[in-house]
Amino acid sequence: MPATQTTAPPGPADKRISGDLIFRLVTTVFAFSILIILALMLAEMTSESLPAIRQFGRKFLTSSEWDAVQGNFGALPYLYGSVISSVLALALATPLSIGAAIFITEICPKKVGTWIAPLVELLAAIPSVIYGLWGVLVMAPWLQSTVQPFLIEHFGFLPFFQGAPYGVSMLAAVFILMIMVVPIITSITREVLLTVPLSQKEAAIALGATHWETIRMAVLPYGRSGILGAAILGLGRAVGETMAVTMVIGNSPQISLSLMSPAYTMPSVIANEFAEATSKLHSAALMEIGLILLLVTLVINALARLLIWSVTRSAGGGAA
Amino acid sequence: MNNIKVHLDNLNIHFGKTHAVKDISMDFPENSVTAIIGPSGCGKSTMLRSLNRMHDLVPSARVSGKVLLDSDDVYGRGIDPVAIRRRVGMVFQKPNPFPAMSIYDNVVAGYKLNSRMVRSEADEIVESCLKRVALWDEVKDRLKANAMTLSGGQQQRLCIARTIAVKPEVILMDEPASALDPISTLKIEELIEELKERYTIIIVTHNMQQAARVSDYTAFLYMGDLIECGETKKIFTTPEQKQTEDYITGRFG
Repeated sequence: MPATQTTAPPGPADKRISGDLIFRLVTTVFAFSILIILALMLAEMTSESLPAIRQFGRKFLTSSEWDAVQGNFGALPYLYGSVISSVLALALATPLSIGAAIFITEICPKKVGTWIAPLVELLAAIPSVIYGLWGVLVMAPWLQSTVQPFLIEHFGFLPFFQGAPYGVSMLAAVFILMIMVVPIITSITREVLLTVPLSQKEAAIALGATHWETIRMAVLPYGRSGILGAAILGLGRAVGETMAVTMVIGNSPQISLSLMSPAYTMPSVIANEFAEATSKLHSAALMEIGLILLLVTLVINALARLLIWSVTRSAGGGAA
Repeated sequence: MNNIKVHLDNLNIHFGKTHAVKDISMDFPENSVTAIIGPSGCGKSTMLRSLNRMHDLVPSARVSGKVLLDSDDVYGRGIDPVAIRRRVGMVFQKPNPFPAMSIYDNVVAGYKLNSRMVRSEADEIVESCLKRVALWDEVKDRLKANAMTLSGGQQQRLCIARTIAVKPEVILMDEPASALDPISTLKIEELIEELKERYTIIIVTHNMQQAARVSDYTAFLYMGDLIECGETKKIFTTPEQKQTEDYITGRFG
């Protein structure tokens, strides 16, 4: 930096400049290596999936045939499974998380809040295989014996709740994903809500708003784009989640409206099949699924960061 | 002197161990402007905020003594602070319109809380409130625009419109013009003059000229004590206390 060169005292100046220079170079290389790794990964995955891209073209996204023996590959069931399980999990997790964040920031005493907040973040650190293990050994049997029969009996007229109760199913995946994204959405929403200025709350209170009305009128609208960002970040996590989902979703490449039936997701099929993908086309097809997954999560994350940034950047947060 | 609208009886306010307002007793007459002046940290904002129970939000705050609104004890048993705040509105130092709402929605924000909003009625309220704060002509063509598109002075007048839309009896103003330019300040002062026909106004101000211009009565606070209060004319010409005289002549503070 020119500033360091001009302010360096005479004498050991040369040494200092070269030290600075090396430091700058090293950190620059480190920083760029992250981008280079990402670029290399994208390039590598694209070239590896080229055989599948050439062979199937756009049909890869619309076909639901997956036959390693015949060499026919279509990703639709995996795409469907990923999208539906993530979106439904998000729909359940978002209200829950917003409620939890409101409780932590606005309702419970400050001391309790400072205890709960790190605990919630701790939940996000639990390895997903543990969620999966619990899901398959505890939750799935419970779904099979209690929840699914209840849903089928009382809501069976809806296409979403038809079929036999298997336990491992789309429903199980939705629940496990919901549990896994709640901590993330809660902790980010909490941070967003903490940025709401006191003057906004006071404005509502002085108008004669009750506590709940203050939250509805001043707090939530101010943080709305940040909360949306938090939800989208949760979506990114849900789309990419592999282990826990693989353990509870049943791994059956079918497209069924019913949440009772087993399904499959993009990460799950990669994890399950990479070892037995002996033909070039099979591994290329898996690579292409990976590429789609990577692009989807990149876009989702970029969108989320943009929204959160628009709130937390210092001036006039909620106006955006 | 008009009827007494707000009456303080031995009001004391503590924050933890700090004794911020000490044993203040005074009256605020109806349909008039009372200014509270004093150097920074003298407890004037603290006192103002006790009148609509804004200190309820601060866990360490303790209010004792009596605040009577007409004959109702503001801190009395079984009194709902929300009901008090609907009768005692407040305008803050920094304009704080709701940034996620339009100009229109800002005006009716408080009104919507109190009653089921009828569209035609809301339209009427928006127009009359904005007219009363002299903002109508400036914004009537863009009521759906975001409130943050207004200038600082316009935002403050919007906040006053939002306050009067709730039909309060008393309006508290905490240095309402200190964040504004001279022209916006002048507009706010003119507005205060007009508003006192309908409301009882209590204004905290740093600016002694402003107090002299807009108020009928003035109270001088120093270090949490009420030094003197009375008609503005008298306070500014022939104050009884030496401290008051020193302050208004600019010898300290």
